[in-house]
Amino acid sequence: MSVLEIKNLHVNVETDQGTREILRGVDLTIREGEIHAIMGPNGSGKSTLAYTIAGHPKYTVVQGEILLDGEDVLEMSVDERARAGMFLAMQYPVEIPGVTVTNFLRTAKTAIDGEAPSIRTWLKDVRGAMTNLKMDSAFAERNVNEGFSGGEKKRNEILQLELLKPKFAVLDETDSGLDVDALKVVSEGVNRAHANTGLGILLITHYTRILRYIKPDFVHVFVAGKIAEQGGPELADRLEEEGYDRYHVAESATQ
Amino acid sequence: MQSTALPTPEQHGIRAHSDGPIVPVQTRSERFRSTDVADFAPITGREHEWKYSPVAAFADLTSGELDGSRLEVEATDAAGLSLSWIPRDDARIGRAGTPEERASANAWSSFGEALLVEVAGEEAKTITVTRSGLGTTPRAAHTVVEAAPNSRALVVLRGIGDARLSENVEVVVGEGANLTVVSLQEWTDDSVHLASHFARIGRDAKLKHIVVSLGGKVVRVNPSTHLAEQGADVEALGLYFSDAGQHLEQQVFVHHDAPHTRSRVTYKGALQGEGARSVWIGDVLIGNAATGTDSYEQNRNLVLTDGTRADSVPNLEIETGDIEGAGHASATGRFDDEQLFYLQARGIPEDEARRLVVRGFLAEVVQQIGDAELEERLIRALEAELQGS
Repeated sequence: MSVLEIKNLHVNVETDQGTREILRGVDLTIREGEIHAIMGPNGSGKSTLAYTIAGHPKYTVVQGEILLDGEDVLEMSVDERARAGMFLAMQYPVEIPGVTVTNFLRTAKTAIDGEAPSIRTWLKDVRGAMTNLKMDSAFAERNVNEGFSGGEKKRNEILQLELLKPKFAVLDETDSGLDVDALKVVSEGVNRAHANTGLGILLITHYTRILRYIKPDFVHVFVAGKIAEQGGPELADRLEEEGYDRYHVAESATQ
Repeated sequence: MQSTALPTPEQHGIRAHSDGPIVPVQTRSERFRSTDVADFAPITGREHEWKYSPVAAFADLTSGELDGSRLEVEATDAAGLSLSWIPRDDARIGRAGTPEERASANAWSSFGEALLVEVAGEEAKTITVTRSGLGTTPRAAHTVVEAAPNSRALVVLRGIGDARLSENVEVVVGEGANLTVVSLQEWTDDSVHLASHFARIGRDAKLKHIVVSLGGKVVRVNPSTHLAEQGADVEALGLYFSDAGQHLEQQVFVHHDAPHTRSRVTYKGALQGEGARSVWIGDVLIGNAATGTDSYEQNRNLVLTDGTRADSVPNLEIETGDIEGAGHASATGRFDDEQLFYLQARGIPEDEARRLVVRGFLAEVVQQIGDAELEERLIRALEAELQGS
């Protein structure tokens, strides 16, 4: 049984105004097959957590650990983390001019599996996954994210999630900017990956909307760089009604 | 209190340019031109057309005696394409342009016979003319590519092996013709190649002109296109990969000289290694007669390592206000770390991710050649460049 552990994680980021501490002691354990929602107001450090797990060079871990089945993730390069079974669905996926989706997917799959996928089953898998995500087949010959709409970019992220079959996925505000139809399609994709591969999910979101389609086992409220409260799905319902205001009150009261 | 004295010439910039004692010619179409090398002053390296080039590295080509005998060429066969040598006084020579600098004039003064590539027939076809084994003697060459009205073809001029070559290439595109010319430089590391291409495009004709420079110590290919008649269209593309110590240059000129002409100039290059250099100058002149012009030029450079230098100079001159559009863009940038992060986050190792991004960057030009075999070979050559150093 795979497990991803985050222990007392402190993360700084360099800005023009100097060093800023963003994460201030995050503790979180995700086991295979679990869905954790991380909810919090803007600027609380949710995306920093996502990018730190993936290894973005902009973020410096000053204290704490991230362990995947006991292995030190912080010692791994970005690509080693992916090959170890981690996945980040990005909020703003970048364009890669001149690299087609087909070429990109095959290159990534080959890197992650350590060998090229068998052509026949691979093409079938790609076509099937695209159909499920209601993606036009012409999509495969377009350059990665180039000229994609917001919804197409998110579908493309989930397409990769389904095809690359990671152990743990961090979904960074995958719901943002999606209309309800696209949100359903994307959520179905996430649920499929979860059902098919026993994926562990860290679902980062500002809104409770996506939780109607992806049911979390645990909800964590993230405020000022750490987890302020955690509970089951009922916590999300409470946030839906009350918003984040009471955490701000608690936060300012302690200062 | 300032009096109302007339402004002095200095205030309006009518004075010696900082580049030298000569006031530069402002309008591109009024540059001095001649086919006789003796009409050009010796090169100092400060002239606007030479100031980016390592002129000392090829003084033999600009001022020395050149061997004007026939080049060793090998060509593929195709129906509707013919190859012949014509004497220098043949009337088919000198219709597309006249040298504007000394290396070009020296080649023009020195060549013995010109290679004529004739294109006829409306079906698509390809000819590859390979020049190889030119040796280390300074040489001159002249080539005329003539596309008959409504004809269609892809003509590849390829250079391999050693060369010290100064040459002129004339491209005459007849009415309604659709011609692609690829100038492919894959010379050895010590080679020097200076080329001027002059294209004249007829009514409703289209030229796709592609310069691909990969090998050679100094390679300077300067294509000028005269959109001489209504509806003429040029797509000028370029691709270069400059390694350590390499100088790859292209001065592109497009002259819109008739109504409803169109031009698109896209040059893309990568630079890698100490002393890797590239120069791109893009001049576009939209003349008085060129109403309804649609023009856009761009240069993009991708800098892969420290110690490189890319000069990029777009110039746009417009003599009529009645145009559809004219624009230019130039960008020289380092590798985009966010692209790298994205690819690595999908398990792709860093070096492979880099290759993928660079290949993608340059592929945009390769994809437009329109010959699958050549495109594939160029992609492989680019791979080798990326892995080579």
